[in-house]
Amino acid sequence: MEIKGPVPVVPAPVWRTFKDLQEWEALHQSRPARGDTYSSAFESLTEGIHAFPGGFLVTAPADAFLNWARKSSVWPVTFGLACCAIEMMATFASRFDVERLGMVPWASPRHSDLMIISGTVTIKMAPMLLRIYDQMPDPKWAVSMGSCANSGGPFRHGYHVVKGVDRVIPVDVYVPGCPPPPESLLNGLLLLQEQISHFRRTGQRGPANEKVD
Amino acid sequence: MTVPDTMMPETPARAVRTLDYTGSERLTMNMGPQHPSAHGVFRAILELEGERVVGVDAVIGYLHRCHEKLAENLTYVQYPSIASKTDYVAAMTSELAYVMATEGLAKIEVPKRAQYLRVLVAELQRIASHCLWLGTWCMDMGGALGGGATVFLYCIRERELVLDLFESLTGARLLYGFHQIGGVRYDVPDGWSAQCRQTVDLIEQRLVEYEGLLVENAFFQMRTKGVGVISRELAEDVGLSGPLLRGSGVAYDLRRAHPYSSYEDFQFDIPVQPAGDCYARYEVRMVEFRQSIRIIRQILDGLPEGPISSRPGVKSVAQVRVPKGEIYTRVEGPRGEVGCYLIGEGGPKPYRMKWRGASFSNLAVLPHIIPGHSVADVVAIMGSVDPVFGEVDR
Amino acid sequence: MTDTDAGARIAAEFPDVVVTPGGSALTITVPVSQWLAFAQFAKGALACRWFSFLSAVDWKDEGLEVIAWVENTDEHFNLLLKTKLGPGQTACPSLVSVYRGANWMERECFDMFGVVFDGHPDLRRMLLPDDWVGHPLLKSYAVDTPYPPYR
Repeated sequence: MEIKGPVPVVPAPVWRTFKDLQEWEALHQSRPARGDTYSSAFESLTEGIHAFPGGFLVTAPADAFLNWARKSSVWPVTFGLACCAIEMMATFASRFDVERLGMVPWASPRHSDLMIISGTVTIKMAPMLLRIYDQMPDPKWAVSMGSCANSGGPFRHGYHVVKGVDRVIPVDVYVPGCPPPPESLLNGLLLLQEQISHFRRTGQRGPANEKVD
Repeated sequence: MTVPDTMMPETPARAVRTLDYTGSERLTMNMGPQHPSAHGVFRAILELEGERVVGVDAVIGYLHRCHEKLAENLTYVQYPSIASKTDYVAAMTSELAYVMATEGLAKIEVPKRAQYLRVLVAELQRIASHCLWLGTWCMDMGGALGGGATVFLYCIRERELVLDLFESLTGARLLYGFHQIGGVRYDVPDGWSAQCRQTVDLIEQRLVEYEGLLVENAFFQMRTKGVGVISRELAEDVGLSGPLLRGSGVAYDLRRAHPYSSYEDFQFDIPVQPAGDCYARYEVRMVEFRQSIRIIRQILDGLPEGPISSRPGVKSVAQVRVPKGEIYTRVEGPRGEVGCYLIGEGGPKPYRMKWRGASFSNLAVLPHIIPGHSVADVVAIMGSVDPVFGEVDR
Repeated sequence: MTDTDAGARIAAEFPDVVVTPGGSALTITVPVSQWLAFAQFAKGALACRWFSFLSAVDWKDEGLEVIAWVENTDEHFNLLLKTKLGPGQTACPSLVSVYRGANWMERECFDMFGVVFDGHPDLRRMLLPDDWVGHPLLKSYAVDTPYPPYR
């Protein structure tokens, strides 16, 4: 007969008591708050088709096709700020090619889908970053590359450093590292492609990526 | 189909005419902090008269990361890991400046093997940095869409070889934590010397390829000869250093003038060019490639045995205490003189630390030389000045 | 020239300055009123034509101290010029008329310490945005001063 001793009940850590996390929850930009723009007429049309019995046979392949098209030709705008920009340039070069994923780095924000924020965002630069982000047409994504863009990085306590680019724009993928080697950035870009493949019909975001590496 | 007369080379229509602008074409153009010329966050507000620049206001500070204030709040052990982020393209020389300043002030001896290793990685870093300089400069001057033009991809290919060496030595490709107070952190692994020799031989052959692509190229010559001339007097007055100073005729290299870390044990030449234009700076850097390779071969032939650090491993962040005093140490980085002015106060944190960034002084020459050139020349000049904005804004 | 020669020449011209040999360079402590004159002397008579940097140090109660490093590259002779501005003082003569490199360096010094340079053609902030309040490298300024909403 098994005699089991008392199992200690450890209370789950209350993450929300961490001040930094509270600050993040209060200040980070989330996508519904910034507002994705999409056509409501198109939305009502496709919702109508989907609501029709058997309509999913039309919308599901259409979704799959559109998402495949979107994720296979994500064009990043070259937004290199600091050290991570050098690793981003190395990723765009021939050894860790991103053009095989369909990503053509493009200088103009008007023609791009993706902004890879590589480097520290400072308070002087933040309005410029927001302006470039606003000039990108929807649907657009943002990848925060490096620890400076994720959370302020090693310069977090500086007076002129923004504690993470997600206080300025909504971010989809965070790539950690200082700087993240090109392999990590490629991993992040592939995760982004997976996120894109979960888009629904008109471009509303799918559920968050539950995958844990 | 007959070719129209205007397309034939010697007709009067194709003769060059000079128009006398009376100031009615003045335009203020912003070359904003995000632009395709891959130098980083720099904003130049150009006053244009047609295509000629008549005034430039350089706005910097978009990457001001509070290094000097952070240094007052971090200990001597904690700071070197972010010192590399000032000149992030040449992280080895940036870390070296701070670490040498601390060692100089605290009178800490560095063993010979560590000094030779420091020189070895500094010269390898110079090669990698100049590869990136050449690639981005040629990409800016003849840039194709996005991913890069020919010279850029070739140069990155060479740079990756050197970064592989760094990865097997330190574990990181771009920002290493290699320098420690008292020596270096990592020793050379097995087989690294042979790989280093092979890499260096390969780079030497490939340099001949680059020169073949560029030197005889009429477009390259037109874009760089006579462009951005910096006179010797201006260079000294503004405080330029590195290839900009040597490209203007001043034979001043810190490795020869104020040798540090056993540089006096090695034979190498200092390239000097009198012309002061972009082509002269290009020639200076190409010679520096070869001289760095020469130094690396000398070190690999004669690396002494011994410890790599004179202090034990780091046990606590307040381990190093530096007495009161001040010191200014400088290092010849790929961009020029990187200096660290340190005031110690007896505790584990400095009282004041000032970075003398090479690129900050180098960029200060732009308002003096850009007016008079066309907009296309601005890009060529920026590339030949080779700024890294971590150093400019600190 | 050597440090002793230079020390002798400086003592002859400027009896008020304090010359401290040894260390990285010949350290000269100049009173504020002679700052510009000494810089002209260094560039002319001592041939220190290469200008390295100009910055400041905040000695809390004793006030600010402006430092500058100039060098004679032909003879490998370095000068570290220092001048104490006195408690609560922020005015200092500008060296732009002597060394053109002092332009950006003095702007940065104004930005970080609040030192106002008389005679500077264009004294405005260099690294921080134009509407920033405060001078960060002063000891009274905290490193993690908040700036809503970014931090």
